[in-house]
Amino acid sequence: MTKEQPFIDVRHAQKKFGALEVLKDINLQVEKGQIVAIIGPSGSGKSTLLRAINDLDPLTSGEIWLEDKQVNKDLPHRQYEKHINTVRQEIGMVFQHFNLFPHLTVRQNITLAPKMLKDISDDEANQLVEEQLAKVGLSERIDFYPSQLSGGQKQRVAIARALAMKPKVMLFDEATSALDPELVEEVNLVMKSLAAEHMTMIIVTHEMTFAESVCDRVIFMDEGVVVEEGPPDVIFKNPQNERTKNFLRKHLNG
Amino acid sequence: MDYDLILRVYPFFLQAALVTVQLAVLSTVLGLACGALGAYARLSRMSVLRFIGAAYVSVIRGTPALIQLFILYFGGPQIGIQLDAFSAGVLGLGINIGAYMTETMRGAIIAVDKGQVEASRTLGMSGWQTMTRVVLPQAARLMIRPLGVNINAQIKGTALVAAISVVELTYTAQRYIGSTYKPFEMFLLAGLIYMVIIYVTGKGVSWIDRQVQIK
Ligand SMILES: Nc1ncnc2c1ncn2[C@@H]1O[C@H](COP(=O)(O)OP(=O)(O)OP(=O)(O)O)[C@@H](O)[C@H]1O
Ligand SMILES: [Mg+2]
Repeated sequence: MTKEQPFIDVRHAQKKFGALEVLKDINLQVEKGQIVAIIGPSGSGKSTLLRAINDLDPLTSGEIWLEDKQVNKDLPHRQYEKHINTVRQEIGMVFQHFNLFPHLTVRQNITLAPKMLKDISDDEANQLVEEQLAKVGLSERIDFYPSQLSGGQKQRVAIARALAMKPKVMLFDEATSALDPELVEEVNLVMKSLAAEHMTMIIVTHEMTFAESVCDRVIFMDEGVVVEEGPPDVIFKNPQNERTKNFLRKHLNG
Repeated sequence: MDYDLILRVYPFFLQAALVTVQLAVLSTVLGLACGALGAYARLSRMSVLRFIGAAYVSVIRGTPALIQLFILYFGGPQIGIQLDAFSAGVLGLGINIGAYMTETMRGAIIAVDKGQVEASRTLGMSGWQTMTRVVLPQAARLMIRPLGVNINAQIKGTALVAAISVVELTYTAQRYIGSTYKPFEMFLLAGLIYMVIIYVTGKGVSWIDRQVQIK
C-alpha cells in the first residue's frame, strides 16, 4: 500500500431511481474519528447517500470503501450476502423511525444480532446489554417492550442496539426528526457522548445548531451533488455558495 | 316441527359431526402446510418458484372447490390415483384452502414494516435470520385472525364432500331426509351443529390471537 487510505471513501457515487438521478458523482472521504454532518433540502439525496454507504440502497455506479474493504461489491448472490453481512456488522445505522423490533424486549432487541452473529455466552450478552444501556442512560428499562417507551427512549435503545455490534462507524439518518421537540435533547446528548469517545459518525440532520456543535465537517448537498463542504464555522458563518446561503437563511431563522 | 324425531336422530348427527371435525382439522393442517409452502414460493427470489406459487393460487382460486374434489375423486382413478372418499376429501379441501392461506400468509409477511427488515439487515443479520427472527414472529401475529377466517370457510366447505359420499354431517342429514321426509328438521339440526363447531373454533382463534399479541 502506497498511500494512506481514508477510513470511509465514497468514490464517484452515482444513483438512479429509474430515470431520476439522485446522486451525481459524489465523492466523500471521512477520516477515522471524524464527525461529518450532511445537510441539504428535502429530496437532495442525503438519505440515499447514507443508505448507499452500507449498501441498503445500492449505487448505480461508483465505489464505497470502508478501510481496505470495498462495501458495494458485485458478487454472485450467495457470496455477496456473506460479504455484506460481515461488512454491515461494522457499520451501525440509526433510522428516523427507530425500527425497534416490537416483539422483543429492550434486552432482546440489543442482544439479538450479537447473539446470532458473534460467538458470545449469555453472561457476555447480559454484560453487553448493561454496558450499552448504561451508555444511553436507560438501564432501568431493560425488560420493557418498545411500545412502553417514549420516542426519545426508543431512539436511545436503537442507538444502543447498533453500538452493541461494536461498529467502526455510525450512520444517523435524521435520528431526531420524528421526535417531539422536548425529547430531542436526550438523543442529541447520547450522540454528543459518542462524539466525545471519537466514534466515527456520519449524521444526516435538519438541526443546524446541533450539527454546528458536534461536527468536524459539514457537507451541504443539493440535487444530488455536494455543493459545498468545510468546517462548521465556515459553512454556517461564512458560506461561499449562493445555494448554501439560501438554504441556511431558511433554516437558521426558522 | 317434529321434536321427537330430532331427539331420536341427533346422536347419529353428532357422530357424523365428528367426521366433519376430523375433515376440518386434517384439511386445515394440510392447508397450513400448503399455505406456508405457497407463501414461501410466492416470496422466493427464484422466478420458477414464484411462478409455481402464483399458478397454484390462481388455478385453485379460479375453479370451484366441488370440481376440484370431483377431479380428484372421480377423475383420479383414470390417471392412477385411487383414494377412498375421506382421503380424497381431506386432500382436496386441504389443497383448496392452502391456496387461500398462501395469500393470507404472504399478505401478513408483506405487511411487516420494511424498516424492520432494514434494521435487521443493517445489523448484519442474513436474509434468513431476518425472516425467522424478525419478520415471521410479527407476521404470525398478523395472520392469526385472517387465517381464522380461512378456517371458518373451511369448516363450512367440508359440506362439499357429501357430494363424494363421505359420511359427514351434510351427507347424514340428506340420508335421514331420504327415510323421514323431514328436510326442515334435518337440515336445521345439521346447521345448528355447524354453528356450534364454528362458534367454538372462532372463540379458540380469538383466544390464541389474544395470547400472542405484543404487550
Ligand atoms: N426507492 C426510491 N424509489 C424512487 N425514488 C426514490 C427512492 N428513494 C428516494 N427516491 C427519490 O430520491 C430523491 C432523494 O431522496 P432522499 O430520500 O435521498 O432525499 P433526502 O435528502 O434524504 O430528503 P429528506 O430530507 O426529505 O429526507 C427524492 O427525489 C426521492 O423522491
Ligand atoms: Mg432523508
